[in-house]
Amino acid sequence: MAKVLVVTSGKGGVGKTTSTAALGAALAQSGQSVVVVDFDVGLRNLDLVMGAERRVVYDLINVTQGDAKLSQALIRDKRLDTLHLLPASQTRDKDALTEEGVAKVMEELRAKFDWVICDSPAGIERGAWLAMRHADVAVVVTNPEVSSVRDSDRIIGLLDSKTLKAERGERMEKHLLLTRYDTGRAERGEMLKVDDVLEILSIPLLGIIPESEEVLRASNLGTPVTLSNPASTPARAYSDAAKRLNGESITMMVPQNRRSLFGKLFGRKAA
Amino acid sequence: MSILSFFNRRTSAPVARDRLQILLAHERAMVGQNDLVGVLREEILAVIAKHVQVEPEHVRVKMERGDAISTLEVEVDIPAQAKVRIALSA
Repeated sequence: MAKVLVVTSGKGGVGKTTSTAALGAALAQSGQSVVVVDFDVGLRNLDLVMGAERRVVYDLINVTQGDAKLSQALIRDKRLDTLHLLPASQTRDKDALTEEGVAKVMEELRAKFDWVICDSPAGIERGAWLAMRHADVAVVVTNPEVSSVRDSDRIIGLLDSKTLKAERGERMEKHLLLTRYDTGRAERGEMLKVDDVLEILSIPLLGIIPESEEVLRASNLGTPVTLSNPASTPARAYSDAAKRLNGESITMMVPQNRRSLFGKLFGRKAA
Repeated sequence: MSILSFFNRRTSAPVARDRLQILLAHERAMVGQNDLVGVLREEILAVIAKHVQVEPEHVRVKMERGDAISTLEVEVDIPAQAKVRIALSA
């Protein structure tokens, strides 16, 4: 039974695309068939983060409009046979993506894959609405920062009212993915703590992704961080999060700053 | 003073948490209120439609929140030739 997951946040730049790629790769590594779908019409980037930007021929809108078959638009990952990408269009016409068109593609994807992961555009407009519309599960990506938490709260409200699942009167399964977290700064009272964000948003925690240079390195290389350096702290945090999505119960690790000794020696200035 | 301000500057997270809690409590109430007006409008329309033929756009519901008192304003335009069904349903 396929599961449709939306990666959303409201605010831009918090790590939706990075998280989509990393979670998608981690789920595909467990042997399940996965497709990551870029809903950011006009500003596609998932192809770049996945390292498939030169292989894009057809896109989501071509498929919804019947200009290409789904099989022609899907890009199979070169590193993982079970991982696929459906890229977004670069067109400026955002209305080119219709509700009916998306519904048809989602139905086809559900039949083909174990996981359909929708990378939502930022904002609360039509694109974000279409991305969350068919979701069974939502991952709300949040930074420990006031504007991100506020926008996440809005998105949670929309997930509970504007999705097909909510309209059927069912409960939308929502998970919090806290990204760019710095344990040291949180402990010193400089950054919202995990518990602060959990208390405010009151949805269950899927994972804590530490602020890490590995994340930028992975996007530079066009490789999901879970593939580029599986032993790194962000990759392990993403892999654990993927396992939790699969229903496994994994103890939550609060990422420790690798430079904690350095930090202790040089005090606050080192942070 | 300089030592105090040094420590205060470092613990900004509790301020962030408190600001968010106050703001979101307010914003959630606003969203809930919008929904309430929508629900009231639909139910009022349904009740009126049982007895009088009215167009949905002729029912207006407005809520104003004040500190001491809140008011709910319901405005219904009933056309002169509207069929009244009271006799039938009684």
